[in-house]
Amino acid sequence: MSGHSTYEPKSGFERWLDSRLPIIRFANDTIVTFPTPKNLNYWWTFGGILSLMLGMQIVTGIVLAMHYVPSADGAFNSVQRIMRDVNYGWLIRNLHANGASMFFLAVYMHMFRNLYYGSYKAPREVLWILGCVIYLLMIGTAFFGYVLPWGQMSFHGAVVITNLIGAIPVIGPSVTTWLWGGFAVDNATLNRFFSLHYLLPFMIAGVVGLHIWALHVPGNNNPTGVNVKSAEDTVSFHPYYTVKDGFAISVFLIMYAVFVFFMPDALGDAANYVQANPLVTPQHIVPEWYLLPFYAILRAVPNKLMGVILMFGAIATLFVLPWLDTSKVRSLRYRPTARLYYGIFFLTCIVLGFCGAHSPDDPVIPAISGPQLLDANLNSFVWLSRIAALYYFAYFWVITPLLGLTETPLPVPESISSPVLSHPASAPVGAVASPEKRG
Amino acid sequence: MADTVVGANPDPHASGDDPNRRDFIHIAAGVAAVGLVGGLAWPLINQMNPAGDTLALASIEFDLSKVVEGQQVVVKWRGKPLFVRYRTAKEIAAAIKDDHSDLRDPATDESRHKPGKAQFLILIGTCTHLGCVPTFGGGDYGGWFCPCHGSVYDTSGRIRKGPAPLNLAVPDYSFLSDSKVKVG
Repeated sequence: MSGHSTYEPKSGFERWLDSRLPIIRFANDTIVTFPTPKNLNYWWTFGGILSLMLGMQIVTGIVLAMHYVPSADGAFNSVQRIMRDVNYGWLIRNLHANGASMFFLAVYMHMFRNLYYGSYKAPREVLWILGCVIYLLMIGTAFFGYVLPWGQMSFHGAVVITNLIGAIPVIGPSVTTWLWGGFAVDNATLNRFFSLHYLLPFMIAGVVGLHIWALHVPGNNNPTGVNVKSAEDTVSFHPYYTVKDGFAISVFLIMYAVFVFFMPDALGDAANYVQANPLVTPQHIVPEWYLLPFYAILRAVPNKLMGVILMFGAIATLFVLPWLDTSKVRSLRYRPTARLYYGIFFLTCIVLGFCGAHSPDDPVIPAISGPQLLDANLNSFVWLSRIAALYYFAYFWVITPLLGLTETPLPVPESISSPVLSHPASAPVGAVASPEKRG
Repeated sequence: MADTVVGANPDPHASGDDPNRRDFIHIAAGVAAVGLVGGLAWPLINQMNPAGDTLALASIEFDLSKVVEGQQVVVKWRGKPLFVRYRTAKEIAAAIKDDHSDLRDPATDESRHKPGKAQFLILIGTCTHLGCVPTFGGGDYGGWFCPCHGSVYDTSGRIRKGPAPLNLAVPDYSFLSDSKVKVG
């Protein structure tokens, strides 16, 4: 699909530049004439939304860094000063803090889209892996960023997560001290987290460049999962998808604005409005919503090291997914059985998030005392997380490999265009047969 | 013509597989580059370890006469809470009684305080699970309870229940006088 370039320099200057740095040609070939499958639905608009959110986070972040004080004594107060005294500081910080949530919301939509339409399968494995790398970098950036306001949840969140490293046998404790730059999470830790929080988004931007490069070699997947067969199957990126992405971005920005202007604290935790105190731990420590499913997996396991391994394993599994899926059919549109398991998987992720937000010992259904099973009550979030975590791993490691070998998929169309063009009767009544000849 | 040119660009491997001067230069340059990168990488890695002033603040002195029987004082040491607890006779007895019960991280109460100072229990107040600060008086064993993930410690600070793998750590400390300790 990368095809040959159709760019023709129009002016003398463009010709001059084109023979020295063909940057206009590059832009033209990637975002104007790039041949894109003509059947992409709105699930394909999240790539554009994600690029916008990355830009938004970098711009608002650079501005916030101009006012933020990265020290254990000054951080909390400087954030309050940004919210109260800095001109439009409240807006910029609310955009940044809620922007992180919106960024993750969009990336999850993007990832579930991939899982549904089989976009991770050959020849797009590298594209998928680069996406997983971006996701890991996003988690790191979000974690470092959450520590910076130096509230109670920032501080103790950092304590809990850095202590996870301590679970590694032998070298764990010295690695933890190295990460902290001291004997506990303190000023040195905050400073380095600020430095890394500033660095990682630019690394993300770099990997996004590779991600788009890897996308433009095989071209987009599409809802049928069938390869592009001819020029008939594609349209140029501009204006068809610039307009479609533009509309989706507008709708997304409206939702973003609702959070920023009307409920800026809805996704945060009230405990973070209390300055960090190393001597008192909040009653209930939770990460931000977008990391709750992994937190639930961590707590589902009674053994510290195993919990840490499974939590990281949940993300590591994504990297090898292209080789776990044995099905030749990409899109779940033609795999009704797989679609059912996919639906359960989606619900499982929601349930894990729900479990992560509750205390492990709380009853799932209040006022019912279930039987005791091993170390916990069966009617508790710890058992619900265990069942959900089991399905999470089973979906990737058991169901996906076996289903591809055993199921019978529905007939897959010849090409992207054939389901539409092979049924002349399907043209709407009254449609003009050759609209270009009208009048 | 070609066979009359001498020494213009001799084939580096003309005389068998013995390394010649050019190979030597390649190997030497490679080794130097690796040494240089490694030599530069170590300072860049090690700078993240605790700095000199952080290490210098690593020990404190504490006057035990400030603590009365049954009380716990929390002091900040190395950025972490330090529990200084003046135990009651009942708590000590309870701790000794459980010395040989089924402990996850077996330790006698004797080993967790200085000889003849059974009443003073000095512990690092961070849960050995994920570093939260346990509160005194919670749990089923009369000791500490960690609110984060429900670990329970007894009156000797030993882990009895929950996800934590180890007992609350005893820091290095010594008695400077009868009522004064130096921690760290």
